[in-house]
Amino acid sequence: MTKRNLLLFAGVAALYAATGMFQSWNLSLSILNTALLATIMALGVNMQWGYAGLFNTGVMGFVALGGLAVVLVSAAPTPGGWEAGGTRLFLGLATGAATIGLAVLAWQRMAKGRLRSLAVLVILVGGFFLYRAVFDPAVAAIEANNPATYGNIGGLGLPSLVAWPVGGLLAALAACAIGKTALGLRSDYLAIATLGIAEIIVSAMRNEDWLARGVKNITSLPRPWPVPYEVDLQQQPGFLSWATGWGFDPVTASTIVVKLAYASLFGAVLLLVILLSELALKSPWGRMMRAIRDNEVAAEAMGKDVTRRHLQVFILGSAVIGIAGAMMTSMDGQLTPGTYNPLRYTFLVWVMVIVGGSGNNWGTLLGGLLIGWLWLIVESIGPAIMGGITAGMPEGAFKQHLMDSAAHMRLLTMGVILLLVLRFSPRGLIPEK
Amino acid sequence: MDFLNALIAFLNFVAVPAVAYGAQLALGALGVTLIYGILRFSNFAHGDTMAFGTAIAIILTWGLQSAGIGFGPLPTALLALPVAIAVTVGLVLLTDRVVYRFYRRQKAAPAILVIVSLGVMFVMNGIVRLVIGVEEQNFADGERFVISAGDFKTATGLAEGLAIKTTQAITVVTAVVVVAALFWFLQKTRTGKSMRAFSDNEDLALLSGINPDRVVQVTWIIAAGLAVIAGVLYGLDKSFRPFTYFQLLLPIFAAAIVGGLGNPIGAIAGGFVIAFSEVIVTYAWKKVLTYVLPDSLAPDGLVQLLSTDYKLAVSFVILIIVLLFAPTGLFKGKSV
Repeated sequence: MTKRNLLLFAGVAALYAATGMFQSWNLSLSILNTALLATIMALGVNMQWGYAGLFNTGVMGFVALGGLAVVLVSAAPTPGGWEAGGTRLFLGLATGAATIGLAVLAWQRMAKGRLRSLAVLVILVGGFFLYRAVFDPAVAAIEANNPATYGNIGGLGLPSLVAWPVGGLLAALAACAIGKTALGLRSDYLAIATLGIAEIIVSAMRNEDWLARGVKNITSLPRPWPVPYEVDLQQQPGFLSWATGWGFDPVTASTIVVKLAYASLFGAVLLLVILLSELALKSPWGRMMRAIRDNEVAAEAMGKDVTRRHLQVFILGSAVIGIAGAMMTSMDGQLTPGTYNPLRYTFLVWVMVIVGGSGNNWGTLLGGLLIGWLWLIVESIGPAIMGGITAGMPEGAFKQHLMDSAAHMRLLTMGVILLLVLRFSPRGLIPEK
Repeated sequence: MDFLNALIAFLNFVAVPAVAYGAQLALGALGVTLIYGILRFSNFAHGDTMAFGTAIAIILTWGLQSAGIGFGPLPTALLALPVAIAVTVGLVLLTDRVVYRFYRRQKAAPAILVIVSLGVMFVMNGIVRLVIGVEEQNFADGERFVISAGDFKTATGLAEGLAIKTTQAITVVTAVVVVAALFWFLQKTRTGKSMRAFSDNEDLALLSGINPDRVVQVTWIIAAGLAVIAGVLYGLDKSFRPFTYFQLLLPIFAAAIVGGLGNPIGAIAGGFVIAFSEVIVTYAWKKVLTYVLPDSLAPDGLVQLLSTDYKLAVSFVILIIVLLFAPTGLFKGKSV
């Protein structure tokens, strides 16, 4: 840590402190929590891009899978959900998986020629209809089960903390599937393939009501272990006397304590991720990764299995993103598939990595906290500035239009920041050593 | 008679919409593929360029409509199209001068240029939202149908009607004209030839005295023009919503890659492959099958392979299949 870097971090800390003092500490802390989560996602992207040069534009999909894991693991079980069609559902999914497996097997084992193409086609088409025949009635049965409140298979009712690694696992499985097909092709293709898979994951979560109720959302997911509920705190005599003793309003104090609890939890995970990836980066494995990134041909000539290493780091990075996605859904207490937007969950994370300094975890941390703050603060300051600009204008449609559009200023701001950093400081605020 | 009815139902619900959609995708994919061929990167801002041009066209259309100027039976937006193209070309050339040129001179890696285009995408997305907001806009006016389903039924006496919307007819006609003009330009004019030379072998083209700045400029102008035409046609045919245009990026890229990146003919073929697969897979075939099959075999369900919510998945699957089995696309594209 050089003096310059410490100054940069102090500057970002001052931004959060200023928000706390001039607006409210509640706002400052909720921005911090969101920024911490986005930073963990950015660390995942940094592993893929900074260490290995892999261009993943599917961050949103892995975030959403992490959120799905929270619902499947920690939501309360749905009465009658499993009985309605759980077994049949799994049978259907197994049929689908077996079809694809069989098709791949046929492709690999059979001799090249028309017969092989025909066999694969027959397996795929037949398997698809079989899958739909088994799967559709199960879905209909589950969705018919009290659709106003449930209509899904329900979760396992396990603690939220258990869901986080499961979120990482789901994301890792998806990354493995996409990596096996798209890695080893040129970099733009991976970008387009991941962009597509993310859209598909999110549209599946919107439409497959049996899974997580789709756009009807699942609410009241449990909080992770040490974080208390505000109402519980406000009823604790110990907490009340502590708050009044310091002269705090108990309601505000309880919300701040809850946010601080989240912040420390997320901070702990963040530091753990940084620690592990720094250790990995300094190990022979990390040197090998950078060697592959800087010169694939030379690394391959030295006997390194480039495609395999790429797959490995792609899965690792995606798992980190999935964990962050699960943490986010835990904090929100609800899964709302309608709100996943690639600009917010994929490209903003990329801005964080590039602005902070790709290939440097501390840079990514700085970029994440800075951009995370900016993203949410432009939303609250933008209308204020626009109000100042338009104050002298006569009332009318044009003024109203300008005021309405102020809310969209942040995309423009992010784009301009990204372009400025790329142009004038292409290695980011804290460059890779 | 049943067979004719089945054929008409197929044309009405599958072929006509897919041809129009395919033409729109092809125009978009042509822009992507030209930029890839000449500037050698995948332009992620293309969807937002389409959205920007369409937004300008919509605002001009509103202006024309309130001034009482119409285009007879054709949509007023067609009158606004040339101005919208000019504005968009201006913006894109400005972007190239301010943003891309720096990296081109540095000979930056394609991945860096893609990230730069992400920045441009953010900025354009922001501008579109500032200009027109995020809501859905319908700006088609004029005659709605060339042939309406009712007229067709009375004229032919069939049970099924064939409707052709004005916007669909305009889409196809415009696409044919634009594509013919583009290929004439690329094959016959000096500038077009120098563009193809530049795309084939940059060093050799420079050596023979081709001015790279001019080639790049012309490429941006053509790509922006194609993007605005594609965007306005899509908006007339369906409706305009900035986020939908961003999402069009996936089928457009799929079309360009399926056809072979950098290959204009491939982009057109790819557009129709993607459009037809999307419509065929998400159409409920019950009606057509009921006509064709004997009563005993008539289907009970909708016979829809995938719900329309998954139409993005169709382009994606085709993309993956092509990447796995023919990485350079159906027509030989480049793989830099």
